[in-house]
Amino acid sequence: MYTFSSKLKTFSFILMILGILGIGYGFLTAPKTNEDVEKILAANEHGGHHASAAHGEAPAHAEAPAHEEAPIHAEAPKAAVPAKAAPAESHDAATHDVAVKDSVNEVVDTVKVEVVAAPIVHKMEKPVSEAEAHAAHQEHLAHVLHQLQNKPWSALYVACIFFMLITMGVLAFYAIQQVAQAGWSPVLFRVMQGITAYLPVGSTIFFIVLILCGLHMNHMFPWLAKGVTEHGSANYDHIIAGKSGYLNFPFWIIRAAVFLLGWNLYRYFSRRNCLAQDESNDNSFYKKNFNISAMFLVFFIVTESIMSWDWIMSLDPHWFSTLFGWYVFASFFVSGITTICMITIYLKGKGYLEHVNSSHIHDLAKFMFGISVFWTYLWFSQFMLIWYADIPEEVTYFVTRIEHYNLPFFGAVVMNFVFPILILINTDFKRITWVLVMAGTVILLGHYIDFFNMIMPATVGDQWFIGISEISSVFFFLGLFIFVVFSALTKAPLLPKRNPYIEESKHFHY
Amino acid sequence: MSNKVIHAIYNDDDILMDAVKKTKAAHHHIEEVFTPFPVHGLDKAMGIAPTRIAICAFIYGLCGLTFGTFLMNYVMILDWPQDIGGKPSFSYIQNMPAFVPIMFEETVFFAAHLMVITFYMRSRLWPFKSAENPDVRTTDDHFLMEVAVHNNEQELVSFFESTGAVEVKVIEKHD
Repeated sequence: MYTFSSKLKTFSFILMILGILGIGYGFLTAPKTNEDVEKILAANEHGGHHASAAHGEAPAHAEAPAHEEAPIHAEAPKAAVPAKAAPAESHDAATHDVAVKDSVNEVVDTVKVEVVAAPIVHKMEKPVSEAEAHAAHQEHLAHVLHQLQNKPWSALYVACIFFMLITMGVLAFYAIQQVAQAGWSPVLFRVMQGITAYLPVGSTIFFIVLILCGLHMNHMFPWLAKGVTEHGSANYDHIIAGKSGYLNFPFWIIRAAVFLLGWNLYRYFSRRNCLAQDESNDNSFYKKNFNISAMFLVFFIVTESIMSWDWIMSLDPHWFSTLFGWYVFASFFVSGITTICMITIYLKGKGYLEHVNSSHIHDLAKFMFGISVFWTYLWFSQFMLIWYADIPEEVTYFVTRIEHYNLPFFGAVVMNFVFPILILINTDFKRITWVLVMAGTVILLGHYIDFFNMIMPATVGDQWFIGISEISSVFFFLGLFIFVVFSALTKAPLLPKRNPYIEESKHFHY
Repeated sequence: MSNKVIHAIYNDDDILMDAVKKTKAAHHHIEEVFTPFPVHGLDKAMGIAPTRIAICAFIYGLCGLTFGTFLMNYVMILDWPQDIGGKPSFSYIQNMPAFVPIMFEETVFFAAHLMVITFYMRSRLWPFKSAENPDVRTTDDHFLMEVAVHNNEQELVSFFESTGAVEVKVIEKHD
């Protein structure tokens, strides 16, 4: 039996406390009004912004899909009455001057994003009157305000979905091992079950976050905003209105509940059967597990695809991609396998896994390597097909990412492909603990960045930063993950007793 | 000096493996083992150095990647940078996604084919090569171990008879 080391327990508590403090800080320091945003923007303006404006490029303000999507401007109606709110407010002249210039740029940007044609931009630039400019400026402020208010939410959301999906990757891997009747992996089943113990906890928190989104606590899902589907509303968006048969809150939240419940049920019964198999005299529980694993895999692949549309793709409701579900799957599947590998190495290092040898580790490393390449294949296929055809309605997705997220966007490919392929291609390296820990760390960070790239551009646009909110959210969920997983590992022996393949697995060598 | 070798013939791979281990333990140098199919662990038991063909394949793959990159860069960017359907041919990196399929296939092509050719050359295999089979049964269901004799013929024969060989022959080699 495994005993939770007190050091690790303390470490997980420290992570959780630091995380909660940082998350709270993120929410408290998020701007509340347009005036706050104005100050932040002015500060940025005097900071390094002139430098970038100097070389003639349009300032990196407008964030394409979010900006096209009027719905998230809940305060747009106010901005429609420009004259009253005008300079009467206590802005000093200098700020206002900058602000007007800024707003002209903003209009330019908006148009540019929508039409992507320079000449029209210049035509538009002249007839903008002072009042219109001010209205546009207010709209810009409302837009940035929403992005900045989304920041702590998105940070929480990315970390929350990432850790929950890691456990789903492990659960899918576990089910595949059961159904494939793998002879090498039964000695690792209890480790996988320990990791998936995070699923009930993680999915509960995640579900609560989804409900909070539905209660308009944030502006992350543009299609959840008020008035988006109502004709005549300032927020009306005919594209989203057309999708409202699928993207509406009740249907969306019911789907989420069904998916999370289905996954949790499989986890619960699979573990229960596995423990019952230890005490039984025949293989009936093993056979039951085989059957429910096969059914789970069918359920999983359908729900996984829909899940990726619901929870990630619908953040950009004007955009769609057919292989998105697979892409998301590959991302968390490889993260899940990496997590199994890292926790196995940890437990082995502490002397708890007597029958795990370097061949088991080697097999896990091969999966890490192979699925990393598979992720890259899907990443590239999605990117290249859209880049090649360059259809405006699809390509905005990548335009915003390349313009505003250049380093994370391409950095993720380096971390998730170039690094693992060069390190893990060597057979000897796949058996060296420190190499695997290093490669695993890079892969996990890389896939966090991958989820960051999928979610952040839609919610915070160019206002992204990996700062206190983001790091604290990761700390909190990492602490919770460590605490739940290692607590679960203490609840059952780490070696299944009567699995039909356990003897083969104990003597597995490659 | 005569060039005598012992041919010890076995009809089971487990017995062969035991015999190989015993022969190694007795410090007799094994010249060669002929088997009808791959025997798992035989190379380790014989103490043969691991193959380096994977390293060759990796290097060949890098050559293929370099070739693919050079080819597309020269043809599409340097030699005649036409505007084909609006694809940006100003620099390699701008149009790289379109070249990746070629770069990938060249990598695989070079790695695979050059590795196979390396294998043929290193294991001396080619069409019309005369077979080096000491006993036709070794391609069907028998295993043969060949050990050089150094004036200890009697000792070796009795040693191999004790290892479960179904047949032990002393052969004069002419080559």
